[in-house]
Amino acid sequence: MCLAIPAQIVRLIPGTDFATAEVMGVKRNINIGLVEPETISAGDWVLIHVGFAMNKISESDAREQLQILAALGEDETAIEEVRGYGLHDSEPGP
Amino acid sequence: MRFVDEFRQPELIARTTEEIRRLADPDHHYRFMEVCGGHTHAIYRFGLKDLLPPNIELIHGPGCPVCVLPMGRIDDGLAIAARPDVIFAAFGDMMRVPGAHGSPLEHKARGADIRIVYSPTDALKLAQVNPDKHVMFFAIGFETTAPSTAITLMRAKELGLRNVSVFCNHVTILPAIRAILDSPDMRIDAFIGPGHVSTVIGCRPFEWVAKREGRPIVVSGFEPLDILQAVVMLLRQIKAGEAKMENQYKRVVPWEGNRAALKVMAEVFELRPYFEWRGLGFISQSALRLRDAYADWDAEKLFSVPGLRVTDPKAAQCGEVLKGVLKPAQCKLFGKECTPEHPIGALMVSSEGSCAAYFNYEHRKAAALAN
Repeated sequence: MCLAIPAQIVRLIPGTDFATAEVMGVKRNINIGLVEPETISAGDWVLIHVGFAMNKISESDAREQLQILAALGEDETAIEEVRGYGLHDSEPGP
Repeated sequence: MRFVDEFRQPELIARTTEEIRRLADPDHHYRFMEVCGGHTHAIYRFGLKDLLPPNIELIHGPGCPVCVLPMGRIDDGLAIAARPDVIFAAFGDMMRVPGAHGSPLEHKARGADIRIVYSPTDALKLAQVNPDKHVMFFAIGFETTAPSTAITLMRAKELGLRNVSVFCNHVTILPAIRAILDSPDMRIDAFIGPGHVSTVIGCRPFEWVAKREGRPIVVSGFEPLDILQAVVMLLRQIKAGEAKMENQYKRVVPWEGNRAALKVMAEVFELRPYFEWRGLGFISQSALRLRDAYADWDAEKLFSVPGLRVTDPKAAQCGEVLKGVLKPAQCKLFGKECTPEHPIGALMVSSEGSCAAYFNYEHRKAAALAN
């Protein structure tokens, strides 16, 4: 719950506050409503907390965050969390 | 002493630790508190204590939301979960946290419908696919997770989804810092400010710690180098006789915070007059509850809540450890009755609690060396 997970935006889901993002090879839909969605585009990196992007970050900061998750032994928990986002992979969520 | 080449950027780490040694007055004992559980975990995992001179002590504050939640709140939530029509949804971190009659996981084994969710929005989906059930999301966390709960509630209202509610345990970090500063046995010289909470609330709300309380505070990132740089920034302020709010984590934390997140929180939540914190007692205006406009989604209004109070065993000295009066291993129960497998006190509950972090890294290491 307290993990900040770096993710790369793969595509925006038109008409919603959701985007498909990729974290360590896992693709899930996340909410981007709190990071000025109009400024987000595919390829951008964000930090996510409990399925919500909380800030836009640089690619190097994203890679650093991935390394720190691995060093803290939290990378598997992070992947488990991301895999858990959404009950239905194909839906953007309510 | 640890070898700095174990770290990334070993040269920078070496230069920073050298700078710390140069700045620290050998005749002064420094007590710095990190208020974020993520920092506590990183400090133990990377053995940063071993890189600091012995007169710089890092004290682990109340920054783990699972740890500070009073046991009675868990029991209140589980009392609602006992209703046959209720699905109790919570983050995985909550599942092993003991209530007076067992953890959510143990209640699940006894037949309660208890589900792990990874995002609060999943509670909405659970409600949609289970229209004959009521889904209660047991919300916990500081300002980092509160905006997600707020957006979820706004969405539930927009959808007119009435079979979902929130049992709100969101807390705010500033009153806890205030309580620690007001405590008569308070012994903190300066603070390492929370990295993720600050992405939401920004740096401005911490300025009073420096301006009014005269305690330097530096918001820090989570890399070993970040934390060491924060220590340098605190020492520089102390040496110059200053007390300022500074931001070491500028690459992620904007000074003004996240306005969209603050806006949704203000829309959905209001401050509770007071809330109990495990280890610290009742702290005024330290937690959030749902505004009346969201009463139809407030589990505490929809269900009768027993309002259980379960006092921690007197022998557990969580409060003293939280305030830096005792180190984890100085508590009478540490490593004996109270372990991560069988936590008795708040700080042993989650891996980000200072006792659990101390146990997992220092205590086990010492035990392995002894064998």
